[in-house]
Amino acid sequence: MKSAVIVFPGSNCDRDLAVALELVTGRKPAMVWHKDSELPEGTDFIGVPGGFSYGDYLRSGAMAARSPIMRAVKDAAARGVPVIGICNGFQVLTEAGMLPGALMRNARLSFVCKPVKLRVENSQSLFTSQYEAGETITVPVAHHDGNYQADPETLDRLEAEGRVALRYLEECNGSARDIAGILNNEGNVLGLMPHPERVVEAAHGGTDGRRLFEGLLETVAA
Amino acid sequence: MKTRVFITLKPGVLDPQGKAIHHALEGLGFSGVNDVRAGKLIELDLADGTSDGEIEDMCRRLLANTVIENFRIERMENA
Repeated sequence: MKSAVIVFPGSNCDRDLAVALELVTGRKPAMVWHKDSELPEGTDFIGVPGGFSYGDYLRSGAMAARSPIMRAVKDAAARGVPVIGICNGFQVLTEAGMLPGALMRNARLSFVCKPVKLRVENSQSLFTSQYEAGETITVPVAHHDGNYQADPETLDRLEAEGRVALRYLEECNGSARDIAGILNNEGNVLGLMPHPERVVEAAHGGTDGRRLFEGLLETVAA
Repeated sequence: MKTRVFITLKPGVLDPQGKAIHHALEGLGFSGVNDVRAGKLIELDLADGTSDGEIEDMCRRLLANTVIENFRIERMENA
């Protein structure tokens, strides 16, 4: 698997994601700077990491979504390359129009930083194939703007089409219908607020995030 | 030419910041505040001849997230 991790000014989970990807795939991802306009030849997986790109100016993810590299990310996604957006990466993907809805300030205004229980709602996606449908996993969150909102029609469509990949099992940030992660229409773009890259080995206190990367490896390598 | 763009949350979209400001006003003893909604004001200094269409395009493509926000453009004639 030839993965790429996008790095914006203010990204701070780019290294964590790279370490997780290398651990699972055995290969270091290319770290691609936001001002680049092309991804390395043959990139077959793209990670948009967490952090505070551009200091969250204007809206979280708004500036990053308009940076030069995002055009290449959109083109790759349109060709079917899997793209994951974690935390700020999720915000970037919604701002870029690659996923529906928006991530607003947490309902209680406070930054939430804790492990949360999630239910895997869709175990058929190329990101979640190693989980059981309905399985409970524990993955940490750390965000201020994770309150997922979309109009009721969009939410109904996401539910009906099995595009709600992950749901919070406890109150977290006020997200509509407790949505923690969603897929795009084609199923090759996943955005989620929790950080699977932070729970990939026993020393992290949990390994529930590891199967996401293992599932990807299996799908992409196949 | 100075132009102001007002960005507000769409009606019905929960505004946690507005709620917090509302509570704070009540805490200061101001009664009779029915609701508070917080938004943004962006001032643009534009070249003469910039069309309304171009400003709207700026709003749609960057300044506002039209999933959750509305925008209103106000040209300041004498500025």
